[in-house]
Amino acid sequence: MNEPPEVREEDERLAKEREKLARDGPQLKGAKLEARLERTWHRPPGILGWLATVDHKEIGRRYIVTALLFLAAGGFLALLMRLQLARPDSNLISAQRYNELFTMHGSTMMFLFAVPVMEGVAVYIIPLMLGTRSTAFPRLNAFSYYMYLFGGLLLWGAFALNIAPDIGWFAYTPLSGPQFSPGKRADIWAQMITFTEISALAAAVVLVCTILKTRAPGMTLARMPLFAWAMLVVAVMIIFSMPAVALASSMLISDRLVGTQFYNSWEHGDALLWQHLFWFFGHPEVYIIFLPATGFVSVIVETFCRRPVFAYPVVVLALVSTGILAFGLWVHHMFATGLPRVGYSFYTAASMTVAIPTALQIFCWLATMWDGRPRLQVPMLYVIGFIITFVIGGLTGVIIASVPLDLQLHDTYFIVAHFHYVLIGGAVFPLLGILTYWYPKITGRMMSDTLGKIGFWTIFLGFQLTFFPMHLSGLLGMPRRVYTYPAGLGLELPNLLSTIGAFVVASSVVLFVINGLVSLYRGAIAPANPWGATSLEWATSSPPPVYNFAHVPVVESRTPLWDIAGELPVVTGLRVDEKEILLTTVVAATPDLREPVPAASLWPFITSIAVAIFFIASIFSPWAVVFGAIPSAIAIIAWFWPKEMKREPEPVIT
Amino acid sequence: MSRRTRAAAVALLFTGACSIQHYQSTFSDAAVEVRQFNILFVIFLVICAIMYLAVIAFLVAGLVRRRRRLANVMEDGRHHESDPLLRTALIGWGVVVGTGLVGLAIASFIADRSMANAAASEKLSITLTANQWWWDVRYNSADSSKTLRTANELHLPVGVPVRIILNSNDVIHSFWVPSLAGKQDLIPGRQNDISITPTKIGIYRGQCAEYCGAQHAHMALVVNVDSYADFLKWWRHQLQPAPPPATPLALAGYNFVTGRNCSACHAIAGTPASGTVGPDLTHLASRRTIAAGTMPMGKGNLYGWVADPQSLKPGSKMPTIALEPDELHAVVAYLETLK
Repeated sequence: MNEPPEVREEDERLAKEREKLARDGPQLKGAKLEARLERTWHRPPGILGWLATVDHKEIGRRYIVTALLFLAAGGFLALLMRLQLARPDSNLISAQRYNELFTMHGSTMMFLFAVPVMEGVAVYIIPLMLGTRSTAFPRLNAFSYYMYLFGGLLLWGAFALNIAPDIGWFAYTPLSGPQFSPGKRADIWAQMITFTEISALAAAVVLVCTILKTRAPGMTLARMPLFAWAMLVVAVMIIFSMPAVALASSMLISDRLVGTQFYNSWEHGDALLWQHLFWFFGHPEVYIIFLPATGFVSVIVETFCRRPVFAYPVVVLALVSTGILAFGLWVHHMFATGLPRVGYSFYTAASMTVAIPTALQIFCWLATMWDGRPRLQVPMLYVIGFIITFVIGGLTGVIIASVPLDLQLHDTYFIVAHFHYVLIGGAVFPLLGILTYWYPKITGRMMSDTLGKIGFWTIFLGFQLTFFPMHLSGLLGMPRRVYTYPAGLGLELPNLLSTIGAFVVASSVVLFVINGLVSLYRGAIAPANPWGATSLEWATSSPPPVYNFAHVPVVESRTPLWDIAGELPVVTGLRVDEKEILLTTVVAATPDLREPVPAASLWPFITSIAVAIFFIASIFSPWAVVFGAIPSAIAIIAWFWPKEMKREPEPVIT
Repeated sequence: MSRRTRAAAVALLFTGACSIQHYQSTFSDAAVEVRQFNILFVIFLVICAIMYLAVIAFLVAGLVRRRRRLANVMEDGRHHESDPLLRTALIGWGVVVGTGLVGLAIASFIADRSMANAAASEKLSITLTANQWWWDVRYNSADSSKTLRTANELHLPVGVPVRIILNSNDVIHSFWVPSLAGKQDLIPGRQNDISITPTKIGIYRGQCAEYCGAQHAHMALVVNVDSYADFLKWWRHQLQPAPPPATPLALAGYNFVTGRNCSACHAIAGTPASGTVGPDLTHLASRRTIAAGTMPMGKGNLYGWVADPQSLKPGSKMPTIALEPDELHAVVAYLETLK
């Protein structure tokens, strides 16, 4: 060979480099590989390591636990409200306090429970379901959790200090403006929104990139689990809808802080502008909560009916079209505001149209049950409860899409009944089902079946007792958000029933929590795949190791674990001495790149503290925007500071 | 469940609902508008109930069938197959749902148009201005001597289409008298209106339906639908100024009310009291309620309200004014003469 000596030297050097490189494969597998991966992926020890972690499973667990705590807190406020409304003309709770309670209840449930819990479940399970080792942008993921936590602490800290917002979760201007809400209550609400917006946007970006780029090789878009489809649609919806409320709440804050008068009609602002911006976000928000739950239902129906969901393309198209239609409905929250009457008809038609994809999805689940062999275990019971309950909420939704009907029913207890049927029946029931279903994957133990069944029946019956009579209270003329109602209007009986039902629901939630806590220590040890399910999260141990999969699995069908007897096919060659994941192409999921995963870092946490100080201080002074930006910028620069490469760039192995 | 349980519960609730007074209920036939609502509501309810039963029937059928031997499940290795019948059924279901929704949308549109057309023929015009937390009422007339101002109470002649112009002085409120018509918001900086044609004599209660702050729950409105003759009698009476005080006690009250704090906010026709930020008091004692439906009109409640409005309606814009006992007796005695 006539190669110049430097080329030969270079080849030798590369050969040595290659030997140093550790990758999984035939030479490195089994226990030795697992120990090596464990060493690479485990988080730093101690409290600092706990704060610095970027493991999606830890962040997902924290998200879920925090969101469930907020659910309990928001539910407790609901009980207080029901106690006040149990009797007419009751003086148990003052008007001011009651207004704080419903504001806290709505804001907590929408911003601190429903959206974050869906994101939390997704952040935990999506990488496992897709067969990868980490989410995309794991540090952003950690930052998203801390922003959410601080937003929640801001709101509940204010409640503890007796400066809770009292403007409703919708904060209509001008009631929430500087003239009619002096003090800091409304600002605290608006800044809580800013925190949760940023958190949700960050989580959405993480999820979109994770779903599009980190799927296991072979998991084409057409083989992707329906839950991943649902979360992809939801994350895109978050990215398009949250800026509207970010804009609206920033304008509200600047109205309150520096007198900009955006919403002040006496100074040529517009009181209705808020409603347009808020509902442009607020209506998609409902689907942001509901679509992940449809993903849960698809997962449960598939596993417990022992066959894939019927008409997969129809379900996917239903998800996507719901996601698009959801942006064309916001005016149906504003039928009583006196906008042009004929224009309303468009929104009636759009609101009814959105019932079509939902009806098709329901048909597909029922067809799956019909064609399969349903096993009535606890998660499946929740799906049956979901269908019985949610369909009522969907149909009352068709009723209130009609302008003449909505003008009577708008802002009455009929609406309260409607959206609790949709949100509890449509989202919380599937959530409780899916938590039961994924509990063994997350904790390594099974939840008690008996307690689970008792819990299901109490919450199902308690729910109907609480919310069915509210349809009637609304028709009998009871408006929403009233702290009391007079005797003699026929409202006594339905309200008393609702209060009794609320306590039944609460006892069932307590039962669920007890079941969750006791099973953590006493539950039967869960095997890798206790339900005989088909998606990839069940291909690894319960709970999964910190690196998720020793080898990245390869997918050849929509139901991988049902179609392959024995070991899954895998790809090898990912580095084990550094954190690394395999990126695949967006549509066909063919291997594309090997991508390094950032190490654990305290900077997301420090940045979130700096941003939290910035936001909270800006409640009190506009100067906080100037001075608060400095530490936030420093923290972000430190977070993004280019890292020194420890080794030379690795050679291309052909 | 227990559909039976639920059906029983519904039956119980509805029989309960029938035995009560319907003066704030949508189950009413007291106006053209609410009748249209009820017809449309029943159409929607029936179609939605049929849809619901279809879903539940399919669910039950699916669950009952689960013990059959042949199923397209993974245990039998047939999980990628589907019953061919289901494909047809899916298309059929889509067509049924789509047709049903189109039908409902058309029914809704027709009802909406007919309500809008009825609005064109109004005979009586009223301007209603919402305030935290009471209603300012003005009866408009081309003849300014017949324009009158009152508060928290509407009187409407039966069978006469009325147009109510809706404004707000502060935050967003919503006008809603369920037994007569649907709601319409009162928005600062905008003017809305609503048309009502009452068809049945009676007393109806309405209340603010948009959350408007601390006392949102205590912002009610009484609507008296009278015969045309009674309505005209009421109107003529309301156009009278307040009678001069007849007793020494009432005179002391008159002096207090017109000379001190009260007149800064309240107006009483025929006296120097001419404030406009609070409700007009000219015929206060002829109204059915005090403080926008917070309590019934009566001597005891008047005492309570004048002495300490902040305990009875906390947050109300009427301040508690420290009154000596004799001043309180005098003020109430005078207010009682404002029939």
